[in-house]
Amino acid sequence: MTDTSQKSDEEKERSEALLKVKDISLSFIQYASGLRQTELKVISNLSMEAYSGEILAVVGSSGSGKSLLAHAILGILPSNAKLSGTMEYNGHDLSQKKKEELRGKEIVLIPQSTTYLDPLMRISSQVIGNVEEKNKDSRKKLQREIFQKYDLKPEVEKMFPHELSGGMIRRVLVSTAVMNSSKIVIADEPTPGLDEKNLNETLSYFKDMASKGYAVILITHDIEAALKISDKIAIFYAGTILEIANTDDFSGEGEKLRHQYTKALWNALPQNKFRAIKGHQPMQDEVLDGCFFYERCTTRGEVCSKCVPELKLFNGGMVRCNNVS
Amino acid sequence: MNYRKLSIFMGKKALKLVFLLIVVCIASFWIVEQSPIDPVRAYIGEMSIQPEQKAKLEEYWGVNTPAHEKFLNWAENLLKGDLGTSLIYRMPVTDVVKERFAASLVLMASSWLLSGVLGFVLGIIAGMKNGTLIDKAIKVYCYILLAAPTFWLALIFLLIFAVNLGWFPVGLSVPIGVASEDVTFFDRIHHLILPTVTLSLLGVASIAMFTREKLIEVMESDYVLFAKARGEKGSTLVKRHGIRNVALPAITLQFLGFSELFGGAVLVEQVFSYPGIGQAAVAAGLRSDVPLLLAIVIVSAVFVYSGNLIADMIYEFVDPRIKQQEMRT
Repeated sequence: MTDTSQKSDEEKERSEALLKVKDISLSFIQYASGLRQTELKVISNLSMEAYSGEILAVVGSSGSGKSLLAHAILGILPSNAKLSGTMEYNGHDLSQKKKEELRGKEIVLIPQSTTYLDPLMRISSQVIGNVEEKNKDSRKKLQREIFQKYDLKPEVEKMFPHELSGGMIRRVLVSTAVMNSSKIVIADEPTPGLDEKNLNETLSYFKDMASKGYAVILITHDIEAALKISDKIAIFYAGTILEIANTDDFSGEGEKLRHQYTKALWNALPQNKFRAIKGHQPMQDEVLDGCFFYERCTTRGEVCSKCVPELKLFNGGMVRCNNVS
Repeated sequence: MNYRKLSIFMGKKALKLVFLLIVVCIASFWIVEQSPIDPVRAYIGEMSIQPEQKAKLEEYWGVNTPAHEKFLNWAENLLKGDLGTSLIYRMPVTDVVKERFAASLVLMASSWLLSGVLGFVLGIIAGMKNGTLIDKAIKVYCYILLAAPTFWLALIFLLIFAVNLGWFPVGLSVPIGVASEDVTFFDRIHHLILPTVTLSLLGVASIAMFTREKLIEVMESDYVLFAKARGEKGSTLVKRHGIRNVALPAITLQFLGFSELFGGAVLVEQVFSYPGIGQAAVAAGLRSDVPLLLAIVIVSAVFVYSGNLIADMIYEFVDPRIKQQEMRT
């Protein structure tokens, strides 16, 4: 009996997304020549959901604005950014005020590189973070335990960021995320520049977090790394998500994949066909009326150039394309 | 710390200093020799004297000795540790410089500290409140200070606080007509305040502007963004990351400001008739007191050089990032 009730609880948790991002757009106000203002749109009508105990990978090419998605969720965008759309956390509206309350506690970020650590602060103080005097000892103890788990020697505590190797920095950054009992972990490009061994090790940390019930959002340009551990893959293209596929869909020649771009990505991998498609992503200052993939699509129709297709459910995943039904 | 590295560093710096002093001495001696001022005329002023008296004075001032002979004479004595006798004060140069430099050092040290602390605090406030009215007010204040000449500011202060309000004495470092053993510590402080404040004003502006700029840069860095993402905000961010990353470059800049400090002291001492080394330098220059002038040149060169040396040392040995690189190479 207890077994079934537990199961239904679990199911309920699984069915309800912990974080819902609905139709968000992000643009920057810039001053072009003189006082003329221009708006640079970096994210348009993006929707996605993150579930507890699951890893969602957001895969897209470098410099396409993926990091800004993370910053938008955390509410740490620069002041000239304009964000629209809604976000929900645990069934409640995630306002800027709420983000400020939750960030660092329930929603945490694992940044990409050593520049995100204060160059003049010792590692342990950075990992422990800003805490009240009375909690210092317990936090210190926790930090020691975490360092031991991530194979960081006690000497590391007293070092400065520049004294650490790339792999060590990675582990230090990961430690900052598990210092609090957080629910969502957003990892921004956690794998570049790591060798095979360090890469697998880092990925295993995320797998481990997901198994402990965290909702992990993995932002990366490395689709292979993402496929190793993720449950779902969201394909980020020109500031929006073209497809959300299950990891199992990436097999064979990509017959199960829903969007042409995803198939192309899959077939471009060396172990598959190693074949690239023509064209490039639209620039951020291009104004697009139709589908963002229109220029490169081989099955485009007239309707595709006129309006942006909606993100819709298809075959157990989501896709933004007019040609699937 | 790496002692070998430190001793090599200091050795190189000492050699440079010796070379610098030789060049500076020759240059200043040459400049004084070219001076159109007749030292005897400057000494006797408007008095009329007999030709034989004039001849005696010319001998005393060494008017007819060839320049290179005078210089070599002086250099030889210098190596023996004798800086000669001041022609205008009729005292050993060493004593004059000691007394004057001590007085100036008190003035310069207090205004250096004042400008450093005040400038840093103002810079941090302006940087934190970037773009607000407070920031603009501090910026305007700094621009005005930077644009106003020190001696002019000194005169204005003298007019307002000493003449009109009467809060502070008009000049000198001790009250007039009081025996030196009766001068209290409070008297000295009272005489020091106005020159100190005037002298510190220039330094305040440059440190404040630098600190502001640097803090804004730090607050836009990746690591502050990450700290924000971890829930830090407002003044905690500035305390934990801002001040930590701004302090070292600001202190370095403050040490590099020794030359401006010395230059400012010359002007301020002149206006407030403060008997310091700056005032002695002006007197020695105007009246061709070569031994005194050269001694002051040496002292001031060493002073400015040591400021630069400390700045270099902070950069090379205190900043953990540089220290690490040193060890690796």
